Amino acid sequence: MLGLLHSLEIAVGATIVGLLIGICGAYGKLYGGPVVRDLLAVYTTVVRAVPELVLILLLYYAGTDLINQVLTAIGYQRVDISGLVAGIAVLGFCQGAYSTEVMRGAILAIPQGQIEAARAFGMSPGLLLRRITLPAMLPFAIPGLANLWLIATKDTALLAVVGFFELTLATRQAAGVTKAYLIFYLAAGVLYLAVTLFSNFLLGRAEKWARRGMPSVKEAR
Amino acid sequence: MAGEAAIINTAARASLWLQPHRIVLILIALGLVLSAAFFMRWDWLPQYWEMGLMGIWRALWILAVTCALGFLIAVPVGLAQAAGSIWVAAPAKAFCTIIRGTPLLLQLWLLYYGLGSLFPQYPWIRDSWMWPYLRQAWPYGVLALTLSFAGYEGEVMRGAFAGVPKGQLEAARAFGMSRWKILRRIWLPQAFYRALPTLTGETVLQLKSTPLVATISVIDIFAVAGKVRQDTYLTYEPLLLLALIYMAITGILVLALSRIEARIPVKVG
Repeated sequence: MLGLLHSLEIAVGATIVGLLIGICGAYGKLYGGPVVRDLLAVYTTVVRAVPELVLILLLYYAGTDLINQVLTAIGYQRVDISGLVAGIAVLGFCQGAYSTEVMRGAILAIPQGQIEAARAFGMSPGLLLRRITLPAMLPFAIPGLANLWLIATKDTALLAVVGFFELTLATRQAAGVTKAYLIFYLAAGVLYLAVTLFSNFLLGRAEKWARRGMPSVKEAR
Repeated sequence: MAGEAAIINTAARASLWLQPHRIVLILIALGLVLSAAFFMRWDWLPQYWEMGLMGIWRALWILAVTCALGFLIAVPVGLAQAAGSIWVAAPAKAFCTIIRGTPLLLQLWLLYYGLGSLFPQYPWIRDSWMWPYLRQAWPYGVLALTLSFAGYEGEVMRGAFAGVPKGQLEAARAFGMSRWKILRRIWLPQAFYRALPTLTGETVLQLKSTPLVATISVIDIFAVAGKVRQDTYLTYEPLLLLALIYMAITGILVLALSRIEARIPVKVG
């Protein structure tokens, strides 16, 4: 059960980090200068082309090593980065690339007039983002972001490969000790499935809430 | 005239693409690659060259087999959900939900460690012709990846089957085609065209999940990189090369699949 808790912690953390990167990335891709745009294009392309497992290995080892090297170079002591933080950072980095694309599409789906109207009201860019862009893109972004959340919960299993103690690794150890492989793996599968189904239910509600006042999908077609 | 216009057009596009900042970025990237090539250790490469090629070949082979088999399973699964009675649709739906609701790594380990530990208990399995295969790791890897692809693709095919306009099927029925013929000539091809763009994405996703089989001791390119790291105590070089290889494979795959996509008629239904 501790494993499940860890898995969920990482999934939530990674999704939040991914969302932040996604918002910044989408803004950069849409409104940024040419250099920012190209760099972001490289980031999303590379992250989406390389398997998550390879990325996790690369970032997990390289990232912690790099931070320690920088710290020692500046003159601080080496820090032990906990698996939790590293896992969140790594998965968040991967999620960020995907959510950048989702958000970019969602922002593009907002009727241009709404943003122009807000500008005409003299809103500052920050206020515009908070009051208009984010709420207005939510109904377009939620299906994609829901997918990302489900992917995040499942990607936490990959952290078992780098030795982080989460549900899959906990299952493996428990199964190894008791030799009841099938039962433990089935139980873990049921747990993951429960998480997925439960969040499906919640996300469906959230989408309905975000879509309130809009024409239903069937009518719009 | 048309040729001239095309040349001017491509020239204009090239100059649009090669803006000053892009040139600087490309130079920086080249510098990074060159510095990586010079300052990192690559002397292990000749030793593992053959093994690496073998690993790439095996990863591609697994990809091709699992995608083909998975698609074959996905068609009936999708059809059952789109048109079957509830007795067929419910199991198909449950299959898709379970596959899509649990991590692939867990499925893989469930099959390999879970099922794999059950088999030796039964003497008749040990005596049968299947035993030499069941003792190895790759059948489990192929099975898990096939099921996973079938689960995701079944859902896509359900949407594709449901998206074929009713009029097409009614027209086919009006021609007096048998049900099998309708499926073969009208329904399946149109659904396939509809699903093709998604299929491309799913194939790339499948490529990205092939390294998971390395965790159950199948030697693909990922496992080769792991072995290099263990043998030489190098952290970054094998992983960077691995990332590069996967990016190249993805690029080639996307290019090839978009070629196929461009060949089919765009206007369906």
